Amino acid sequence: MTYTLTPGKALREVFGRVVTELADSDPRIVVVDGDVGSSSKGDMFEKAHPERYLQMGIAEQNMLSAAAGLATTGLIPYISTFTAFAVVRPLDQIRVSIAQTGANVKITPAYAGLFTGSTGMSHIILDDLSLMRTLPGMVVIAPADDMEAEAALRWSRDYDGPVYIRLIRDATDRLFPAPSFALGPVIPIREGKDVTIFSTSTQTPRTYAATQLLAERGIDAKLVHVPTIKPVDPDGIANAAAATGRAITVEEGTIHAGLGGVVAEVLGELHPTKLSRIGFQDIYPESGTNAALLDKYGLDAEGVARQVERLL
Amino acid sequence: MDIQALNETARKVRVSIIDAVYHAKVGHLGGPLSMTDFVTALYFNTLNIRPDEPCWPGRDRIVLSKGHSAIGLYAAMAHRGYFPLEELRTFDAINSRLQGHPEMTRLPGVDFSTGSLGQGISAAFGMALGARLQDLSFHTWAIVGDGECQEGQVWECAMAAARYELPNFTVIVDHNKLQQFGWLKGVADGKRLVHPPEFEGELVAKWTAFGWRVLEMDGHDMESILRAFDAALNPGGDQRPTVIIAHTVKGKGVSYMENDYRWHSLPITDELFEIAMRDLGEEVAP
Repeated sequence: MTYTLTPGKALREVFGRVVTELADSDPRIVVVDGDVGSSSKGDMFEKAHPERYLQMGIAEQNMLSAAAGLATTGLIPYISTFTAFAVVRPLDQIRVSIAQTGANVKITPAYAGLFTGSTGMSHIILDDLSLMRTLPGMVVIAPADDMEAEAALRWSRDYDGPVYIRLIRDATDRLFPAPSFALGPVIPIREGKDVTIFSTSTQTPRTYAATQLLAERGIDAKLVHVPTIKPVDPDGIANAAAATGRAITVEEGTIHAGLGGVVAEVLGELHPTKLSRIGFQDIYPESGTNAALLDKYGLDAEGVARQVERLL
Repeated sequence: MDIQALNETARKVRVSIIDAVYHAKVGHLGGPLSMTDFVTALYFNTLNIRPDEPCWPGRDRIVLSKGHSAIGLYAAMAHRGYFPLEELRTFDAINSRLQGHPEMTRLPGVDFSTGSLGQGISAAFGMALGARLQDLSFHTWAIVGDGECQEGQVWECAMAAARYELPNFTVIVDHNKLQQFGWLKGVADGKRLVHPPEFEGELVAKWTAFGWRVLEMDGHDMESILRAFDAALNPGGDQRPTVIIAHTVKGKGVSYMENDYRWHSLPITDELFEIAMRDLGEEVAP
């Protein structure tokens, strides 16, 4: 099928709306907040279900372990905070209290990647996927847009176990025409013969735009979206790389152990293919507008197209 | 179970702790022995539990936040009938359900996996909060070490829990007044400061300031323990969570371990094993 990019909703707003809707008919759902409800859009849930909005204050380590305890009583906690303070600061709490117990906790913080409202490197988290995927038992999902995020959030309610869903603060382009998510399989977005590009999270719509620029410049790129970072789809990745014999990954995150790491591991074992990884190369980012950050780090459509051209 | 029977059961639990660690060649001792009396009181007197149905949804919850005292929990559970006493000798061995720190995914009856200090109390708080939200009637207990109270997460939890009405939540602080290694006080004389709260009354003052209902008990006097538990379970309209500061002796019951911080964990030699058994009034097989 052919995709058309349209303006989409911010994934944090999808979180607020969808988890609230789920809770309308499911009394097991609670939101556990680290005092950022007005930012994470947890406030939409608080308005509808104040008795199930559990404010933990600015204390994320307690928040993550307490969520695991709540889950043992049959509740399904969704975590509301900034990504940096949900997956890095309480990483040991996620490891011991949540992953090692298989707690039915959904880690759904709102500020992954560059779009954090000009906060700088303390808040910009680029290794969330890398960290979460090394935890045995953790499911790691990186939706491309609001449609896929909605479907992934709904899916997470019915999955019994810990799930991390990568959500973004600001509006990004919509790629998919309707909500759809299946755990595992990669999704072919565009066919092409010169190179296979793998992309994930809300970088995928920008990478899709880049493939259209590349087409104008004579490069016919195949694009594959990787919505599930864990469990990975090894055959899907290997087959997609085999189709062109040349692979590139593009992510708004560190290439170390992120999507670039996933694809390198899979191809190294199943189908050795020349691979290049576009993303953050062992550096910390900085403050700036979204557009300025994407431009500086080469992750807008033009930046990706230029990097791909240079690599081929 | 009357006081005399509880004391005798606690003695047997201590014997099992020493026996298991002696056979494992490694393991914590001081902490399991300091909490033995009140853990025995919980399992044999106070907790509403069904050992033959360890995951019964209505059971009271107990989380050993000071997870390194696991063998103390296991010994009480075994004597209470959760699993055969012989299994205690698998403690810490490969493929055992009795991991070095309690693991809920392996051993039914362990309500939460612990080991990373500070986390168990938060999980227990979540259980108590979950019970309140769903009108479930069970009580949740957490056992925290006094050294563990150096973890910031304990106080994150104390602050958050005090914001909710949780008369169904009781934390016991095993105040045995020793931690593993402590501070080198004076470089010249090489003396160590191994008391977790440095000041007299510090724990009571802190928990009170954090908005908790604070009780104290002699952690080796069954009557004192049962009185405190009764008070914890009958708050008389007080909606605050309860903390019981249990004044205990690290290594309680074994002459050479009592109040010696080095017995946080040390291997037991054959000779010391015999002394420990005699201290506990147990015949030692030749």
